[in-house]
Amino acid sequence: MRLPNWLHKLASPPHFYRIAARIEPWMLGAGLAAIAVGTFGGLLLAPPDYQQGDAYRIIYFHVPAAYLAMQLYALMAIGSAIGLVWRMKLAYAIAAAAAPVGLAFTGLALATGMLWGKPMWGAYWSWGDARLTSVLVMFFLYLGYMLLHASLEERSTADRAAGILAVVGVVNLPIIKFSVEWWSSLHQGPTISRLAAPAITWDMLWPLLVMIVGAVLFSLAVMLTRARAEVLLRERGARWVRDVVAVGA
Amino acid sequence: MSEFLAMGGYGAFVWPCVGLSFAILAGLMLTARRRLHGVHRQIRHRNVAPEEGAWELRVSRARESRA
Repeated sequence: MRLPNWLHKLASPPHFYRIAARIEPWMLGAGLAAIAVGTFGGLLLAPPDYQQGDAYRIIYFHVPAAYLAMQLYALMAIGSAIGLVWRMKLAYAIAAAAAPVGLAFTGLALATGMLWGKPMWGAYWSWGDARLTSVLVMFFLYLGYMLLHASLEERSTADRAAGILAVVGVVNLPIIKFSVEWWSSLHQGPTISRLAAPAITWDMLWPLLVMIVGAVLFSLAVMLTRARAEVLLRERGARWVRDVVAVGA
Repeated sequence: MSEFLAMGGYGAFVWPCVGLSFAILAGLMLTARRRLHGVHRQIRHRNVAPEEGAWELRVSRARESRA
């Protein structure tokens, strides 16, 4: 199977590096602005929930973190799969750049979930709950990917071994997504769904949507910065890297 | 103001979430920048030891020395 031409062009490390360096500051600025607006809206403008009171405001931090944790895992697995199939170095670099960002957001989703769970369920954690446990499994998959990648001497072997782990771990994503429907769970159902109307009013929904957009832009900016570092390390013998480093771009 | 900080009695749960979220965002941004600058420095001065605490850089350097 052959890759499309535009993907081939984007996969060229110097081309990717230049594009990433150009769009990253805009993504970071837009992401931080959206997060500031979303936080203001979520904490000050949105009305309290009729059942959960002000405790529900944790949603503005928990849901974007949980959403990104899953999306970044999917990105890491897709990058690894492309690397394994087409031996594309850039795909491995993107997978390696996504892992620490995904790990941080998974940790944040778990921590904010626990802080939300205590006042609502009366407990920080429940081992019997499939959603909580499957997200914890994803946290360890991220950690496993990073440790495996760091522990192998040859970078190409590390990319392949960690990539296989990432691809195998994809089986956990539908388990996380559908766990609240397949099994009885303390965790509430989805707040926003593609197929159904949102479970909250517009006053509560817009700050959440703004926070999700902000978090996505922010994480892409951070990931692009990390991917640029990965690309430089992998291409350090190339002339274009010496030129880039010489001018500090 | 104190009513806002109390968050209807849930302040002890809401504010740690806010603080932790911003701390993680700041940490992600700073470590990514630090890593990129560290890689620049590492490539520019191959014999300079990577910055203390930059774990990934130490890994890449160890990899280089073993290769």
